[in-house]
Amino acid sequence: MTHPDFLWHTPDPKPAYDVVIVGGGGHGLATAYYLAKNHGITNVAVLEKGWLAGGNMARNTTIIRSNYLWDESAALYEHSLRLWEGLGDDLDYDLRFSQRGVLNLAHNQHDVREGRRRVNANRLNGVDAEWLDPDEVKRFCPIVNVSDRARHPVLGATLQRRGGIAKHDHVAWALARKADAYGVDLLQNTEVTGFEITKGRGTAVRTSRGRVAAGTIALAAAGHTSVLAAKAGIRLPLQSHPLQALVSELLEPVLDCVVMSNAVHVYVSQADKGELVMGAGVDAYNSYGQRGAFHVVEAQMAAALELFPIFARARVLRTWAGIVDVTPDASPIIGRTPVENLFINAGWGTGGFKATPGSGWVYAHTLAHGTPHPLAEPFALDRFRTGALIDEHGAAAVAH
Amino acid sequence: MLSIDCPHCGPRDENEFRYGGQAGIAYRPETGDEEWAAYLFTRDNPRGWFHERWFHTHGCRTWFTVHRHTVTHEIRKAP
Repeated sequence: MTHPDFLWHTPDPKPAYDVVIVGGGGHGLATAYYLAKNHGITNVAVLEKGWLAGGNMARNTTIIRSNYLWDESAALYEHSLRLWEGLGDDLDYDLRFSQRGVLNLAHNQHDVREGRRRVNANRLNGVDAEWLDPDEVKRFCPIVNVSDRARHPVLGATLQRRGGIAKHDHVAWALARKADAYGVDLLQNTEVTGFEITKGRGTAVRTSRGRVAAGTIALAAAGHTSVLAAKAGIRLPLQSHPLQALVSELLEPVLDCVVMSNAVHVYVSQADKGELVMGAGVDAYNSYGQRGAFHVVEAQMAAALELFPIFARARVLRTWAGIVDVTPDASPIIGRTPVENLFINAGWGTGGFKATPGSGWVYAHTLAHGTPHPLAEPFALDRFRTGALIDEHGAAAVAH
Repeated sequence: MLSIDCPHCGPRDENEFRYGGQAGIAYRPETGDEEWAAYLFTRDNPRGWFHERWFHTHGCRTWFTVHRHTVTHEIRKAP
């Protein structure tokens, strides 16, 4: 048996690039891809300290939706969802993108009011959204326990039918393959150790494989952004936390949609292979340890069993954690920093996967023009000074 | 699960506590926008040792400071 062809090359670093992207996860790869495709900028390096897409891209629960509350977020996430709808064709790769519908359950009166408000806000922004009563929830997802005697009674749910899941590895591989074909250098095992800043302007990146001069430096490092930014003397309103998830053993198909619950911190879908994929809430403390505590998983399982009694005999196959960078308003930070030529795309917190193509699209535009893409503009770092926050704690689904 | 040494109750399980984030943030009411924003929203986020606050919610309800490593999760007494 012969080994299949590699999807991308393993080049050595060149002395200089027009754009150096720090972080070879989904957002970094999407940024490289759209820099090449939309802006014709191909003298680009993606620096990754480990292997491509081995951080949060390999650890998330792959949920895709755009039902955020505020206009700015709805526009950004809906842009991303529309890109998802054509991304498999665009990248010529089967991404297993499945628009199977995303339910967000309401368990108390506050959830109901918040959910209905969000449905209305979504519709005003052209985002598909429906409100389901408990009977409709039961019809849409028969295995959810909608008994009014449940510990977490289901009083209704929002439904975004265009929401769903995709296969994260395929997304990363497809983006990497295309970026590589455009001439982007994907540099794995290349850790950034510092930045050269001359008169307030970022000019080069120091790495474990030598110095790389850069016309523009673009951070896309998720949970480790604070650590990198500190090397450039920048303090950011980010806190890094472990976010845990798990999969069950392989089961027959039992769940054909995505179910999320803010109040009890569980979200679940069933992958193609048959595992139930479940996410929890964040562990409370700051951490870069890429692991969390078992009591968080235990609380998540207790809630999942209340909602899905059928899961009672399912066994956990493995659990893990990724490090997510959380902002005070649960919205990302995209754009300029106090260091000229050094840009950030961070703070996606617990929900960055859904934004992969949209984030790459607006970040690439921002890097190519030196000014923010119109969809990215409201997400500037400066909003924490002006007070124009974009509070998405309600729609972000995981309590921060 | 962390075992956190409450100064009043002794070592207890993490789920008896609430997290309070970075320790030693002084209140700064009279400042400009830049400093006010930093005071409200920006905290240290180190990869390494961190001074942080914990609150013994389900115990004596004491706030206290510990010194914890954000990779190994090892806890030292605060100096």
